[in-house]
Amino acid sequence: MPLPVIDVRDLRTHLVTRWGTVKAVDSVSFAVGEGETLGLVGESGSGKSMTCLSLVRLVPRPAARILGGQVLLDGEDLLTKSEPEMRRIRGRRIGMILQDPMSSLNPVFSIGMQMREPVALYHGLRGRALTARAAELLAAVRIPSPAQRLRAFPHQLSGGMRQRVVGAMAIAAPPRLLIADEPTTSLDLTIQAQYLQLLRELQARHRFALIFVTHNLGIVAKMCDRVAVMYAGRIVEMGPVRRIFTRPAHPYSRALLESIPRLGPRAERLTAIEGQPPDLARLPAGCAFAPRCPDVMDRCRVEAPPETPVGAGHVTRCWLAMPAPGAPS
Amino acid sequence: MTVLLAVEELTKHFPVRRGLLGRTTALVRAVDSISFTIDAGATLGLVGESGCGKTTTSKLVLGLERPTSGAIRFQDEDVLTLDRPALKRYRRAVQAVFQDPYASLDPRMRVGSIIAEPLVINEPLDAGARRRRVLELLDLVSLPARAAELFPHEFSGGQRQRVAIARALALSPRLVVLDDPVSPLHVSKPPQIQNQLREQQQRQGVSDMLNAHHQAAVAHMSHTVAVMYLGQIVEWGEASAVALAPRHPYTQALFAAALPIDFDTPHEEIVLPGEVPSPLSPPSGCRFHPRCPHVMPRCATEEPRLRPEANRLVACHLY
Repeated sequence: MPLPVIDVRDLRTHLVTRWGTVKAVDSVSFAVGEGETLGLVGESGSGKSMTCLSLVRLVPRPAARILGGQVLLDGEDLLTKSEPEMRRIRGRRIGMILQDPMSSLNPVFSIGMQMREPVALYHGLRGRALTARAAELLAAVRIPSPAQRLRAFPHQLSGGMRQRVVGAMAIAAPPRLLIADEPTTSLDLTIQAQYLQLLRELQARHRFALIFVTHNLGIVAKMCDRVAVMYAGRIVEMGPVRRIFTRPAHPYSRALLESIPRLGPRAERLTAIEGQPPDLARLPAGCAFAPRCPDVMDRCRVEAPPETPVGAGHVTRCWLAMPAPGAPS
Repeated sequence: MTVLLAVEELTKHFPVRRGLLGRTTALVRAVDSISFTIDAGATLGLVGESGCGKTTTSKLVLGLERPTSGAIRFQDEDVLTLDRPALKRYRRAVQAVFQDPYASLDPRMRVGSIIAEPLVINEPLDAGARRRRVLELLDLVSLPARAAELFPHEFSGGQRQRVAIARALALSPRLVVLDDPVSPLHVSKPPQIQNQLREQQQRQGVSDMLNAHHQAAVAHMSHTVAVMYLGQIVEWGEASAVALAPRHPYTQALFAAALPIDFDTPHEEIVLPGEVPSPLSPPSGCRFHPRCPHVMPRCATEEPRLRPEANRLVACHLY
C-alpha cells in the first residue's frame, strides 16, 4: 500500500483551563492518502478544529499543549520539527481554508498584495511573472477577470468570491495536504454547491489529501471517501462514507444520522439527541457518550471502549460492537 | 380550512439615499409583488438564500415595516388600515421568534420576567396568576420551573430559543412568525426545537410562518412551502410536492443542494453558475434567467407569472 500523505497516530492535545484539564484531542489516529478525502464530523467542541490545528502545530498557546503522538507528513514526524522548519511546511505542504474568509484575509491589503506574498515565497517569483502567476491562481478558482480582481480589496468581493481567494492561496504551492475547516458554512446554498465542486476539481488536478471538517452530513455524503465521527475529543467511529451512512456502528453516529431532516413528507418526529454535549473538563469515567446513549450498559459507565474493527476499514469505539467472547466475529 | 392570513401583491422597496440632500438614487426591491395565504393551524415555510426577501416579508407581516404597496389580510381584515386598538389586537395575535436568541432576550431580565412581559402589558392578571401562566409556558417548552429564576446567559442557544418560543406563545397567538429560528444552533439542537414547535402547533392550533436557510428542515416542518428568489415567489405548493418533485429550475437546484443522503436513490447534482444578482437592479424578464440551466430567449424579456402546474404554482416559462 502506498504511504499515506498524512498519518496521525495517537495524537493527544490537552487544554489547561481554570476549570481543569480538557482532553481536546484524545488519542486520535487516522491516515489520509493522496487524492483522498476524509470527513471529520461532530458537534461544536468535539475536537475537530483542535485536531486540525494540532496537525500544523498552531494550537493556542500556552493553554493548549500537544502532549504526544505522531503526525507523519509523507513519513516525516511534524511534532519533532523545529519552529523554522514548521514555517516552511505550513502553507507550502499543508494548506488551510477556514470557515470565515474575512478572518483569513487582511482587510487593508489588496487581493493582489495578499496573493503575491505566498507565491513569491514558494516559487521565488518577482515582478510581472509574480503578478501573472497570482492572476493564474485566481483564474484556477474560477474568479472572473482575475487581473482586475487583484486590485480589489476583500470588502469589495462577495463571501463566495472571498472564499475562492482563500482557496487560491491555499493551493498556491500546491500543498500535499489541504485542511478545510467548515469552508462553506458561511456561504449560501447555491454558492456552497459551486465551492464544493471547485474543491473537487482542484483535488483532481493536484491530488492533495483533503481533510474536510464539517457538521453537515449532506456535504460529507457528497464530498468524502471516508468519514471520522468525533465525540468529546475522540474518534468514536471511522470508515467508508457509504458504510457509515448505511450501517453506523456507534449509537452516536446513528443518532446524528437520524437527527437530519430528510426531504420527504411532513411525517414523524425527528429523533433528537437527548441531553447536552459533555462538559469536556468533567468527562464521565468510561465512555463519554454514555450519559446520552440510548443503549447504555453498566460497563459503559466504568470502562472506555477500545477501538474495535467492525468491517473493512471500519472501526468504532463502542462496547456493543465488541464480539461476545467465543462468538465468531 | 379557513384562511388565516392572506398576503396580496405585497411589495417593499427600500430607497437608497445618497449625498447631503438624501436624494433617492436607487431602489432595493426587497419584496416584489408576492402573494400567499396561510391556513388556520398550518405552517408555511419560506425558503431562499440570503437577500431573497424572507426576512423583509416576515417584518411586513409582523407590522415592523410598512409595505410600499399590496395588502395583508388577517382574518379577512386589512391589517394596513387598522385603527390603534385593532392594531393592538393584531400585534397580540401575531407573535415573533427571531433568529438570534442571544440578541432577542434582554440579558438583564430573568427568564420568568421575559416570558411574563407580554402578559403584563396585555392581560389583567394578578401576580399569582401570571406566575402560574409562566410556569405553564416553561413546561410547554420543556424547561424546568427553576428556569424562571435564571438569566438568559445561563442557558444554551437551544434553550434560549425555547424561552423565546415560550414568550411568543404567552398570549396564545393565532400566528407565530419564526425568522430562521434554528440556524445559529448546535448540530444536535435543531431537531429538539423543531419537535417542540410541532407539538405546540398540535396542542394550540396556531399557524406558523417559518423562514429558514435549511430547506430540508423547512420542508419537513411545513405544510406548504414558498420558494423565494430576489424578492419574488417562484414556486409555492404542498411541502412534499415542492421538496420531492420541484418544478422551478431554482427550486430544483436548491433542493438538490440539500442532499441527502440515500445512497441508493440517484441524486442529480445541479450547480448553478454565478451569484444572486443585486436587488438594486434585478435582471429583466425572469429574474432567475442569467443563472438558469434551461434559459430560453423569452425568459430575458417576459416576466413569468405564477401558474398552476402539477398541484402547485410555478413562475416559469417551461410550463
